[in-house]
Amino acid sequence: MSGNLLELSDLHVSYGRAEVLHGISMSMKPGSIVTVIGANGAGKSTLLNAIMGIVPSSGTIVYDGAPVPRSVEGRVAGGLCLVPEKRELFATMSVEDNVELGGFLRSAAERAETREDVYARFPRLAERRKQLAGTLSGGERQMLALARALMSRPRLLLLDEPSLGLAPKIVIDILNIVSELRKTGVSILLVEQNARAALEIADEGYLVELGEVRLSGPASEMAVNPALMESYLGTHS
Amino acid sequence: MKIERLLPGLAGIVFLAIIPLLPVPPFWLTILNNIGLASLVTIGLVLLTGVGGLTSFGQAAFCGFGAYTTAVLSTNYGLSPWLTLPLSLIVGAATALPLGLITVRLSGHFLPLGTIAWGLALYYLFGKIDLLGRYDGISGIPPIEFAGYRFMSDGSIYYLIWFFVIAVAIGAKNLLDSRIGRGIRALRGGGQAAEAFGVNIVRAKLTVFVFAGVVAALSGWLYAHMQRSVNPTPFGLSMGIEYLLMAVVGGSGHVWGAIFGASIVLIMKDVLQRFLPDLIGTTANLEMVVFGILLVVILQLARDGLWPFVLKLLPKRSARSLPTSDDRLAKRTLAPAGSSLIKVEKARKAFGGLVAVNDVSFEVRAGQVVGLIGPNGAGKSTTFNLITGLASLTSGSVFYEGQPMTGDSPREVAKHGIARTFQHAKILPDMSVLENVALGAHLRGSAGVFRSFLRLERRQEATLLAEAAFQLERVGLGAYRDRPAGDLALGQIRILEIARALSADPAVLLLDEPAAGLRHGEKQELANLLKKLREEGVSVLLVEHDMGFVMGLVDHLVVLDFGTLIAEGKPADVRKHPAVVAAYLGGVA
Amino acid sequence: MIATFLIQDGVTNGAIYALLGLALVLLFSVTRVIFIPQGEFVAYGALTLALLDGGKVPATTSLLVCFGAIAFLFDLWSMRRGTDIRTFLRSLALNLVLPGVIYGITIVLAPLDLPSVAKALLTILIITPMGVYVYRIAYRPLADASVLVLLIASVGVHLAMMGLGLVFFGAEGLRAEPLADDNYTIGALMVSAQSLCIYGATIAIIVGLYMFFERTLLGKALRATAVNRLGARLVGVRTHLTGVTAFTLAAAIGAVSGVLIGPITTIYYDTGFLIGLKGFVAAIIGGLASFPITAIAAIGVGLVESFSSFFASSYKEVIVFGLIIPVLIWLSLSGGFHEEE
Repeated sequence: MSGNLLELSDLHVSYGRAEVLHGISMSMKPGSIVTVIGANGAGKSTLLNAIMGIVPSSGTIVYDGAPVPRSVEGRVAGGLCLVPEKRELFATMSVEDNVELGGFLRSAAERAETREDVYARFPRLAERRKQLAGTLSGGERQMLALARALMSRPRLLLLDEPSLGLAPKIVIDILNIVSELRKTGVSILLVEQNARAALEIADEGYLVELGEVRLSGPASEMAVNPALMESYLGTHS
Repeated sequence: MKIERLLPGLAGIVFLAIIPLLPVPPFWLTILNNIGLASLVTIGLVLLTGVGGLTSFGQAAFCGFGAYTTAVLSTNYGLSPWLTLPLSLIVGAATALPLGLITVRLSGHFLPLGTIAWGLALYYLFGKIDLLGRYDGISGIPPIEFAGYRFMSDGSIYYLIWFFVIAVAIGAKNLLDSRIGRGIRALRGGGQAAEAFGVNIVRAKLTVFVFAGVVAALSGWLYAHMQRSVNPTPFGLSMGIEYLLMAVVGGSGHVWGAIFGASIVLIMKDVLQRFLPDLIGTTANLEMVVFGILLVVILQLARDGLWPFVLKLLPKRSARSLPTSDDRLAKRTLAPAGSSLIKVEKARKAFGGLVAVNDVSFEVRAGQVVGLIGPNGAGKSTTFNLITGLASLTSGSVFYEGQPMTGDSPREVAKHGIARTFQHAKILPDMSVLENVALGAHLRGSAGVFRSFLRLERRQEATLLAEAAFQLERVGLGAYRDRPAGDLALGQIRILEIARALSADPAVLLLDEPAAGLRHGEKQELANLLKKLREEGVSVLLVEHDMGFVMGLVDHLVVLDFGTLIAEGKPADVRKHPAVVAAYLGGVA
Repeated sequence: MIATFLIQDGVTNGAIYALLGLALVLLFSVTRVIFIPQGEFVAYGALTLALLDGGKVPATTSLLVCFGAIAFLFDLWSMRRGTDIRTFLRSLALNLVLPGVIYGITIVLAPLDLPSVAKALLTILIITPMGVYVYRIAYRPLADASVLVLLIASVGVHLAMMGLGLVFFGAEGLRAEPLADDNYTIGALMVSAQSLCIYGATIAIIVGLYMFFERTLLGKALRATAVNRLGARLVGVRTHLTGVTAFTLAAAIGAVSGVLIGPITTIYYDTGFLIGLKGFVAAIIGGLASFPITAIAAIGVGLVESFSSFFASSYKEVIVFGLIIPVLIWLSLSGGFHEEE
């Protein structure tokens, strides 16, 4: 037993006949923030979707010392939760209903307890309980997506580009919330295009290119790695 | 074509030809005639459903139009069946056209629901009209005569039926293997890519719809003169459902599978009707239950039908020889370097309250490579879609060579000479790489349905394919020419899309993240190709995420962030722009 | 006078079409299945009630046991690579024990001269679980299929269920006894108790559905699935759970419709299809999405039908099903509908 919360080995994913992930291996410790960075089309979102079970994969995913459950709902029940790039909120339903559905697999008592905590963390959402999710601003939507995810009482939160399409100030807010969450014991696997900001709050970093892990290491070292600067930021200098 | 490839077909035809001469029980001929009649309808359905992705349960009604037309005209007015043949087909087409116009614009599932409703309504209508003999129908229809010979017996009309089946099947194959056919085959993937290369999607749908209606009417015409009487029953909804079952069983994407499916279903029906009542001891027509279950089981276990299993037994199609042609396609005269090609003026796109593109203005001049960059979600792809007509402007305008093209459909945009690739590659995975590229040359050909059906457009087709092959070589995918496009890696598919755009002979090339998913060396080759195109006078507008790729390539750089233009100019200058550094390189902290 | 009679007739039938239309919209939005066989549940319901009226054990009970057994086999097949004992027991209880118990209850109760409300409830009890099995057998293996494939499968299920209806009920038509056979006169209007039952049941079901979707977490999960399938999966809503729930509701609504319509018209094994299609005309007008528009359109369909059967009786079906053409023209011109995905 390595004591890792999540261990991927030789993970392959194909869409139709084209393989997009060619054997990804990585591990993360409980309570840590790990970030996966890389260019568009590198396969970062696919990686998260595979861990969540949204797309079929081959290879092994060990979660909390045992093979991860087969079904998506099994994984949600086990404490995995994905906040996808497009948020996937229930646009024509109220904020309250969205939050409530996040706890679909939890008991009424657990929901009541978590609900209080979630609204305390996101006072803006508490103000807008009755509003339809589709009418929220971009930042509020991301908060609602996070709130919905927290209602499932996750142990490992998979965040896909949480800063996408948000104004810089809100990006800071969201990333602050993410670091706050870690203090409550939630582990976070963060896919971010905003590499510098992501590496700043993460413990470990992985650089994925063309479906393979190209670099990995402590986030502080990754941030100053010249190869990463070149391939990710596109600066040859 | 190689002889081994033709052999199964020829053997089949010889086999069909000698059956009536053998001492077979007469009901065999009856079944074979029915199979032939059903095959005609099913071939139409294969094109409509399997290839075009449009489902109809109402094909039997078109048989009815064909049958009743000839029945009324040949009994009441004494017209010769040969005169009523074109009239029956015209009536089939004339009823299919308005019904098609109504339904093909609707999303996928409204068409089949509509066909169920009109299938029922027409059935009741046939049974209510005095001219059509109400539910009793019309009898005493004369047989078909040819040079004094009367096709009276099952054995003689058999040849007539199967002549039409084989002719229609070959014609349908020809049609699919043509410029028009590529447009039809592109319908299933949603048709967005086809439309971006000038295929008229609505027209392609109507083409298959009318084709299916006409062959069904042909089947009805033959039926009326074989049966010598008509009544509403065989034109009701349950027959329409049975035809669809045949198409699904055979494999709805295969022309020959239609005949196969019709054979299986009709032979099974005969066997069930003959033996089931004895077995179960009821007279109820149990084949309904069996057919229903069969339909579900086929969909669950073999969604492509049974014909693919037969195909595995047949010899493999040998690789096509490289299409060559002495003709050259006409090339567009390009605008003089430096003149304004695409001009975007205060373009704005709002989705509800979210402004995706916020009053953006920029220009692409002839002979320029312009880069459009910005972080994810900055509005680059939306800007692209505004230019290509895939999305409509909330306000502002887009000009091409000084002429406004605001509100133009993707097809009209393509006609200006704007060819594009897609961020999420839109290829047809089951079509060969070459055919995918040839789709790009759609507007450079002119052959229509009839010439394609009769294979009279081979010379032009060869020229189009030769152009496609040339573009494939040029981008370095020549080796994959005959492979299904779905076999390619993601990076190669992006290159395939560029080849497809090039075969449209574009004045401007719009590339949406062409370098994503490419390896370092491949990016280099792509950059070289784009530089070469610029030398030839082709302008390029490219959306890119990879700054390194853009920097060494473009003449002019436009940077978007949150839908707003934050900087533009020479790459070296833009790169130092503080707003760009903050927004693009991720300097949040 | 004639007009008020025709209006009453139209509204009565329209109320039943509304129930069917609502079930169809519910099924389509949650499962993407265009459920052609909805009418078969109606026919099964009406015929079951009619047979119970005659003191017989309706054939639908044996059919239910068969369906359950096949569903169990499907479950066994998907469990072939190992499973836990709970899943196995749950499948056993749902697919074998439940229909067995219903079968036993029916055998005991059928010969007794039950009050008509009890017979109606027994009918609903027999038909409702069929929704679960139909989903398990026909649609669950097709969960990833396109709307079109699901639609073609629906036609297959319709053929099979209609054929089974013929086998089990025969070609004879049956008419059930009304739940109550009083008549009330309100001014110039004579209203039958059966009509009042129909209005009452329709309103009760609409209110019940509203409460289910607005007030319960499961109901919200169904709505969430309709709004955003991926989002629903991500919060742990199982596709199978929403599928089973939607089909159970649809079967129950079908059974209720059958109980309501059985006494006012003679039902044959294939009548259900035509009734169901009228629900479809309403559902299509509602764009297969809107519950209120569907309900109102259903009343409209009922009115068109009753007036056309009076003024042009031989063209009744032509007019009702032909109605779809102007509706499609309208949908097509108003745009908004585009290729899926």
